[in-house]
Amino acid sequence: MTPTRAAFAAILAKDLRAELRTLQSLPAMALFAVTAFVIFRFGLDRTSLSGSLASGVLWATLLFAALLGINRLFVAEREEGGFDAIRLAPIDRGALFAAKAAALLVFLLALELVVVPVFAIFFLDSAAALGPLALVLLLADLGLAATGTLISSMAVHSRARDLLGPLVLLPLVVPLMIAATGASEPLLALHGPDYHRFGTWLAVLCLYDLIFLLIGWAVFDFLLED
Amino acid sequence: MEAGQAHEEPALRLAGLRRDFGERTALESVGLELCRGETLVVLGPNGAGKTTLLRILATLLRPSGGEATVLGRSLPGEAWKLRGRIGYLGHEPLLYRDLSGRENLRFQARLHGVGRGAAERRIEELLRATGMRRRADERVAELSAGMRQRLSICRCVLHGPELLLLDEPDSNLDAAGRELARALIGPAPERTRVLVTHDPERHLPEADQVLRLGVGEAAVVS
Repeated sequence: MTPTRAAFAAILAKDLRAELRTLQSLPAMALFAVTAFVIFRFGLDRTSLSGSLASGVLWATLLFAALLGINRLFVAEREEGGFDAIRLAPIDRGALFAAKAAALLVFLLALELVVVPVFAIFFLDSAAALGPLALVLLLADLGLAATGTLISSMAVHSRARDLLGPLVLLPLVVPLMIAATGASEPLLALHGPDYHRFGTWLAVLCLYDLIFLLIGWAVFDFLLED
Repeated sequence: MEAGQAHEEPALRLAGLRRDFGERTALESVGLELCRGETLVVLGPNGAGKTTLLRILATLLRPSGGEATVLGRSLPGEAWKLRGRIGYLGHEPLLYRDLSGRENLRFQARLHGVGRGAAERRIEELLRATGMRRRADERVAELSAGMRQRLSICRCVLHGPELLLLDEPDSNLDAAGRELARALIGPAPERTRVLVTHDPERHLPEADQVLRLGVGEAAVVS
């Protein structure tokens, strides 16, 4: 049996190399997010946002941009036989789940590295919230990566995967988005970051991440069976 | 003790093996025993279940009924113990189009737990043996179907499998490619092979046993 850590590293490195070479997911995700910010800016006719409105704009945009990456996460495995190659190898299939979730997490963090500064330039009066916001982004990304990997691995076998993935995923991430917007709202308050109930929302995010990481690890083996 | 016992077991023991897809039976009542080092050639028209049989033996499909023991391990219960001991060459090359041939082989070597130094030596040896050394650093998407098949053969034998499951291994290969492939996946005393072919004239002389599958008919072993 190949050690899980080695299999995880091999699959993650393969996915990151393929994305760096082809740029199939990240540019589309970033373009979508920046376009959405431009539309919000002119649609709302506001040069500055704060509180719940800022939080809603940020998370709605990030969630739908993430969907583009989630939909493509397993396409290469499906279309190029990667599932079979991995199923033939003496590895714990949980390594595939962990590596795919880690790859998606890297994509989301890279996306945010580009688009959150754009969001700040478009809508925020000060950059003071960006530090604590990074923690919220990281925890929400972890949840999105776990849930997205799980749903994407199921949807990819369907011909209607572009429709099926979001249909199943969106209801599942509602609690995650409520917690993420709840944690972000006081940070983006008009008069600078406020930490009212910040810890509670972070705890909810952590709990969500833990639950879906454990579910993903536990059921992924069954999802790969014929 | 266990290893010794396992070695005396036939490489394959199938009894009443069946696979259904919904209401359609793709494979019906296959029974045979194949010793280690032997070659089983599987013949039959399209839709007879040849690829289904190979995918069951490769642990990629679960049988719907009957018994299958591969290299001493019972399917599907002990399938996980077989992975890594089988080399599977299917219709799909199982190669990532956006990686080079060499990167694909390195990836497979890592999945199979082949150490870095040993993997590099083995990859170099296989690329040389299949005439792919000069094109190994090109993306798979840029290679011809024949070259992908050569790389796929490298992938299939990279980890030193005990059992080779070959589904039309000559597909897309030219005469030179077929000869090069023969050295890696052709008959040899240490190689146990199950070979699906539509070219019986070429492969029947290699056969120790022949399994003839028919659409909706019982399998015949000769």
